Parts: sequence; structure tokens; C-alpha cells
Amino acid sequence: MRTHFDLKNSQQESQLFFSRAIILVIFVSLLFFSLIARLAYLQIETHEKYSNLAQNNRVKLSAISPVRGLIFDSQGRVLAENNPSYSLELIPEQIKDLPATIQALREIISISDKEVARFEKRRKRQKRFSSIALRNRLNDKEVATFSAHRHLFPGVDIQARPLRYYPYPELSSHVVGYVGAINEQELKKIDPVKYRASRFIGKTGIEKTYESELHGEVGYQQTENTAQGRAIKVLNHIAPTSGSNLTLNIDIELQKIAYDALGKFNGTVAAIDTQTGALRVLVSKPGFNTNLFARGIDQGSYSALQNSSRRPLFNRSLRGQYPPGSTMKPFLGLAGLDYLTIHPEQKVFCPGYYQLPKQSHKYRDWKKSGHGHTKLHQAIEQSCDVYYYQLAHQLKIDRMHSFLSQFGFGQKSGLDINGEKSGLLPSREWKKRKLNQAWYPGETLIAGIGQGFNLTTPLQLAHATAILANKGTAFKPLLVSKIDQHERSSELSTPIKLNDPKHWDIVIDAMRAVVSGARGTARRINRGAAFEIAGKTGTAQVFSIKQGEKYDEENTSEHLKDHALFIAFAPIEKPQLAIAVIVENGSHGGSIAAPIAREIFDQYIKVQP
Amino acid sequence: MNGLFPTKQHRSHYHHRKSGLLQRLHIDLSLLFLLICLSSIGIIVLMSAGHEDWNLLQRQVTRLGLAFFAMFIMAQIPPHILKMFAPWLFLLGTLLLLGVLFIGDMGKGAQRWLNLGFFRFQPSELLKLATPMMVAWYLAERRLPPSFKHTVIATLFIAIPTVLIAKQPDLGTAILIASSGIAVLFLAGISWRIIFAVAAACGALAPLLWTFFMKAYQKQRVLTFLNPEEDPLGSGYHIIQSKIAIGSGGLDGKGWMHGSQARLEFLPESSTDFIFAVFSEEFGLIGGIALLSIYLLIFMRSIYIATQAQDTFCRLLAGSLSFTFFIYLFVNVGMVTGILPVVGVPLPLVSYGGTSMVTLLIGFGILMSIHTHRKLLSS
Repeated sequence: MRTHFDLKNSQQESQLFFSRAIILVIFVSLLFFSLIARLAYLQIETHEKYSNLAQNNRVKLSAISPVRGLIFDSQGRVLAENNPSYSLELIPEQIKDLPATIQALREIISISDKEVARFEKRRKRQKRFSSIALRNRLNDKEVATFSAHRHLFPGVDIQARPLRYYPYPELSSHVVGYVGAINEQELKKIDPVKYRASRFIGKTGIEKTYESELHGEVGYQQTENTAQGRAIKVLNHIAPTSGSNLTLNIDIELQKIAYDALGKFNGTVAAIDTQTGALRVLVSKPGFNTNLFARGIDQGSYSALQNSSRRPLFNRSLRGQYPPGSTMKPFLGLAGLDYLTIHPEQKVFCPGYYQLPKQSHKYRDWKKSGHGHTKLHQAIEQSCDVYYYQLAHQLKIDRMHSFLSQFGFGQKSGLDINGEKSGLLPSREWKKRKLNQAWYPGETLIAGIGQGFNLTTPLQLAHATAILANKGTAFKPLLVSKIDQHERSSELSTPIKLNDPKHWDIVIDAMRAVVSGARGTARRINRGAAFEIAGKTGTAQVFSIKQGEKYDEENTSEHLKDHALFIAFAPIEKPQLAIAVIVENGSHGGSIAAPIAREIFDQYIKVQP
Repeated sequence: MNGLFPTKQHRSHYHHRKSGLLQRLHIDLSLLFLLICLSSIGIIVLMSAGHEDWNLLQRQVTRLGLAFFAMFIMAQIPPHILKMFAPWLFLLGTLLLLGVLFIGDMGKGAQRWLNLGFFRFQPSELLKLATPMMVAWYLAERRLPPSFKHTVIATLFIAIPTVLIAKQPDLGTAILIASSGIAVLFLAGISWRIIFAVAAACGALAPLLWTFFMKAYQKQRVLTFLNPEEDPLGSGYHIIQSKIAIGSGGLDGKGWMHGSQARLEFLPESSTDFIFAVFSEEFGLIGGIALLSIYLLIFMRSIYIATQAQDTFCRLLAGSLSFTFFIYLFVNVGMVTGILPVVGVPLPLVSYGGTSMVTLLIGFGILMSIHTHRKLLSS
């Protein structure tokens, strides 16, 4: 072996090695240039493509929700505002052990099982790296507690988000309405771009009707983000445009007076500024806490509201349709005068009932003993039914319908919020169409005292009263007076022209007597009044009394008692405000409904001399 | 260039300066300079890739210091001592590898570490050096070019550690060890006929390898490499993000500390295996060519040292170490740029991480020792 080693030809081996090393150098050079070629391909040839991809990686476009417009009353009081609400939010992708983190959070902040379940549900629907609320509406103490422990919870943070807040929830519930989380049906209708960052949408009232004004324009922000979705810096920012602030014609203090004056009763009040058509009061009692809806109402509270026998969710002022009863009398009196079927001095004898020729059916007067010989003036003052049976019989339903239509009965007033009902002003044609029945003369008599098929909403009654107060000049009722600084005024519709304008004065004079006459049905509200009020009481039957029966107030259960109505305007010489009051199951227009109107007048006419 | 590759004149002058300081310290200045350049670049990139984590940098600098110290110590050991120890080191390494298979620690789904109580040790690192040493030792004793019999025996020396390491599984290291052994065989002058025959056989055996030897995650890596877009959030994510980083760097890069891919954490393992993507994003093609050129220069200097070596063992070992160093780079950059599958090989001397750095610099220590322990030949 040793000799073999010695025999190694080092010269030759060295040569061989050298040639192989040269080949290796060539091979390595090839590898080197293939790497360079690859780099050049990536960095020159496809640079643009990868540049864009890097940019897309890096930059995230996110929408910023606009601040919803505020809502003020006519005196500048805030009816709807945005308050910060603190919620505890988690980004699940940034949390290593989610169950343990939630458990640890529950040790410092109270979080119910329900909230955890809701969080889990939302987590499945959300995109990756989005922040999901675990607990909403943290109080200041909870915010402080979490802040002290924040470092222990990566991926968990407190977010301040604006939440709609209504300072007068019960008073404004059926005017301002409320916002709520966007539901799936709404999602289909809204512009997805505009609502990209929005969580809430107007559900009812002003909030719904003026949604497009209140919402504002969405803003955008381009941020540089990490792979974990954490924003590092803002590259571009387009600020959102806040929604418009709305000023309403409603005076919330006046609204409160009306609401409180209704006392224990359910009811509704509408009051219109006769000079402008501005709607000053629109009350539906009971209201409800709209803030519950803005926060996201739980099923229990919602069921309680829905099943309450007082029906707080029902908007009585726009959707409540009541028989107008005797509040129709001034309007029908005008019709009689204008069609010359009656003369102001003409008397009708009231024995306490009325019978159609050749018929045995007795149409009763509310006063069993009758009113005796009655002119139009007394018929309105004392609300004589027999006079009006006679009047209606002479006018006939067709003329009653066409005359009363001019005052807006049976039609929506065109108020600038949705949901209004049209009421019902019956006609021969209507009965044929709806019920496929002929019109009976007896139905005309009942219509003459505002019963039967007749239905009106409180808003319609107030609107008609305003037209009467203005002697024919009619404004369309209006809730929103200002959008930001842009003033709006009511539209003026075609005025009602009577054959003789004096007829207005005759009826208004009779309505004055309702309040100030010795036998006026609302005379009790005249005491101490600083101005003259023209009014008309009314009673609407909730259930009908059979022939020969007597309505027994004492023994009728509360919810079957008659509704008390009152319409009025004041001051008579230069009217400012027209009011319609309906007190459900209030029995007497004069004693229950009329004082509510007086309280409103006292407040309103005092503040606006 | 003169400094790197001295002409005959310079060389003779060099040999006469036997009492030079560097010569006495057994340091090769050219290599040292290039290695320091590379490590410095590594630190600068790591500053950006590691998100200015000073602890990380401090650890890296400490390790570099240790590694350079190890290189210096290694350079003092004359090559004939190394040659003497070569078979024993190889035997020890192989036994330790077997040990790892039975009692090793699991890390990232692979069994690579041997826990010796006071420190954890990767026997595969030892074999990165012991394998070429063993093959060089074996062939240096024989007549070259080696006979068929000796070629087969040498191949066995390569195959044993390669298979054991591939079974851990650590495909990257197995490739490096195999190529270091193959380089020795090639430099020893095995016939081209064998080379072509083996290449053909490998091509035929590849399907068998796929079916019987590769683990699921290795297959996944290969599949992902062939079509990264198929699984953009799963295993293709690394390659896609890495290509985005490099491609978006363009000709001159986004500037130091301005690479969005790495800084915004889109690029995984940005301070370890994928650090080249960070470098390319921030310094562009120009920077990339410059960095690769430093590697090429180190290779050139090393292979030059090999050609100047005075005995077969030294020549073969030095040539193999030079080649393996460049293969290291090629596998890493190839995988980061998407022309090779992801096999987990760090960028030599730049990637964060200690073990491979120490091994590499020990290798350069051997090269320096080979170069500085030459004796004057009577010409």
C-alpha cells in the first residue's frame, strides 16, 4: 500500500483536479447567472405586476361613516343627537386563545352568556380582521377598568361609536321616530356604497322619511396595513360629510303640555299653526322609549311593547282613524249654508229624536228631552243632533262628500312623514265600489253627525279646523321647517271659496258660543281665557247602542267608553293655532278633551303674542 | 483582483514573507474581508427585516463574533491533523445521527436536535463538514481518478448521512451534504460515464423517491412550488409574498427600511430563510447583483485556494467547501425567487440563526488553514 501511495502521480492528479475545478467554476457561474436572470425577470420584466400586488397588500381602503344629522324642535331644543357609546370589541384573528380571552374579560367586566352567544354569531358572518363587539354600552367605570388591563388583552379594544340618543323619547316617539340596525330587507334597497360604513338607518317618523338628508355622505380612508390588518399610517383621507341637521316645527314643550294633559288616558293631539301650516304638536299617547330601539331592543322589551293593551307602538296621530262625531257639525253647517239648504235663522224642532218620512226608526239625539226649536247657531253650540239629521237629509250624501272633501277629509294631508292614513269620507260611489251596496238614506243621517262610516285622523281634524279658522285658506301641514340653514315653508293649496264669505262668520260665531255661550258644550274652558276660542266638542261611539237602549256611562267598561273629541282654534279674530284632541274612552268632549286644548292655547298664544 | 488572485510573481513574494502577521495568524485577508462584508450586509438587512429588534441584532452580532472566533481557531489547526481526525469525526457524526433518530427532540415537525443536557446540538451540522472530509480522506489515499469500487464506497459514505438526515426530515441539509460529497467525487475525477449514468438513474428513481421516501409536507412543498397560486393562503403564501417582495423592489429597490412587504409582516420568516426577499425589495436588482457577486467572489477565492492546495486531501476538501457554500446560496435564493421548492436553507451568513453560521465559518477556517499551512516547495 505504501508503494502504491508513493506511486501516485501528483502532477497528473493536480492537472485533473484543475480541469475539474474549471468545470465547477463554469457550473457555478451558470448558476450565478441563472439567479441573476431570475431576479431580472422578477424585478424588471414583471416589476409592475408585483408592484401592484404589493400596493394592494399594503393599502386598505376603508369607509368612514358620516355623522348623522341632528334634529331640533322649533325652539332649538335637541330631539335627536349622537352620543358616544363605548363597546368592547375583539379582532378574533389577533387573539391566540379566544375562549380564554373571553373568560379573562368576563372576570373584569360583566358579560352575559347571551352576549357571548351573540358575539359568536356575528363572528361567523364578519370578514377576517374585523372588529366585533362583545359588550356594548360600557359605563365609565368599565371603560376605566378595561383600560387599566388593556396590555393583557392584545386584539381587544374599546371602540367609541356614536349612538343615536333621543332626549325626549316618549314625547317624540311618533314624530321623530327612531333608528335601528340595518336589516336584510333594507340592505337590499339601500345604496351599498353610501351605506358602506353605516350601521343604522331610520326606521320610523322623521328618521325614516328624511333618511337621505340625515344620513350624510360616506368618507374614505386609505391606510397602510400590516398583514394582520393593523393600520400603520393614513395615506389618504376623504372626510365624510355629516348629514343635514333638521329643525322641526314641533315645539317639544308644547308637545309635553299636550302629552301630560292627556293624563291617564290614551289619546292624540294635533296642533297646526294656522298662519303657516307648521305642525306644532303631534302627540300620540302613550309613547315609548325610542332609545331602546336605537341601542338594539331585546326581544323581551319588544314583546312587552307590542303586547301592551295601551298599544304604545301605534301612531294614533297619523294612523288612528276615529269617527269624528259632532266635530263634523261646523263643516256640515257650512255645507248647508253654502248649498242654501238651510238659512241661519231657520229653526228645526228637536223632540229628542228624528224620523225619516214613512219610517219608524228613531234617530236619537244625545239629549233625550230634545233641544226644542233650534237654529244653526244653537245646533252647533249645544250640538243638536236632530238639526243635523234634518240638514243631512236635505243635503244628501253626494253634496256632503264633495263639500267636506275640500277640507281634506278622507284624504291624506300630505304631511312630510310617512305612514299617514287617509281616514274615510263615505260616498255613494265609495260604498258601491267597496261594499257593492246601494246607499241608504239612513246612512246619510248618521253621516250628518259624523258617525257611521266616517273616519278621520287627528291630523285631518286639525288640518280641517285650520282651514276653517283661515276661512278657506289651506296650508299643507309641515313638520320640517329647516334643513341645515335652508328654510322651508308650507305649500298653499287652492283656497275654499264659499258663495257667501259671511257663512264662515256664522259658523265661527257658533263655534265661539260652544266655548263662551251659556249653554256651550265646552263652556268650562272659557273661564279666565285671555283670548277667544272657537271650538266644537264631539263624542265618538266605540260600540253602537241598540235601538231602544240607553248609553250608560257608569256601567260601561273603560275600554268601551266613548272617545272624547274636541276641535278648536284661537284667537278668533286673528287665529294662530288650530287643535284637534281625541281622548280615547274619555266619554265627554267638553269636560275631558277641551281642557287639553285650552292648556295648549294658553302656552302657545302666550309665547307668540 | 490582484489581491484576490495573485500572479506568480506576487505569490512567490507572498511565500517569502513567511513571517507576516496574517500568515502567522493563519488568516486569509481576502476571504476575511469578503466574509466581514457579507456579515455586515446581513446585519443591515436584519435591522430592517427584524423590525429594528435590538435584542435580535445583538444576538446575531454575538453569534457572528463566536463564529468568527471558531473560524480563527479552526484556521490554526494544520490540515494533516484534520485529515487524521476525518474518519473519526465522520463516525461520531453518523452515530449521533442515529442517536437523533431514536432519542432526538422534535422541532417544527422534524427530528434534528440532540439534547445533551446542557445544550442542544444538531449532528447534521457536524456532518456538513465531516462528510466531505471523509470522502476526501478516503479518495486521497487512492489513485485518482478513482476506480469503480472506490467510487461506490465513497458514494456509500455520502449516502449514509444523506439518507439519515433526509429521514429526520431535513431535506435542505441532506441536499447540501449530498452535494458536498458529490463535489469531492467530481473533483477527484470520476469518469463522465458514471456521472451520466447516475444522472439517468436519478431521473428514473425520482418517482420511487416521491412515493416511498418523501413525507407529506415535503410533497406539499414540491406541489406548492410547482403551482403556488393554488393555495395562496396556505403553503403557497410564502412563495407568493416573497415574489411580490422581490418583484416590487424593481431595479433600485424601495430603500433600506422601506420594504412594505417585510415591514408590514406580509412576508413570513423575513429575518430567517426569506431574508433575501427583504434585501431584494429594499435594494432592488442592483443590490441583488452586488450581493450575489460577493458570494461569487468568495467562491472564486475559495476555489483558488483549492487549486493552490498542496495535497489531494486539501484540494478535494477545499474544492468541496467552496462549491457547497455556493450551493447554499443557490438553494436559498432559488427557493426565495420561486425557481426551487421551499426546503428551509438559510441565506449563508445573512439569515438570522446561529448553527449554520458557525458551521460555515468553521469551513472557511479550514480553507484558511489549508491556504496558510502550505510549505515552501523546493522548486
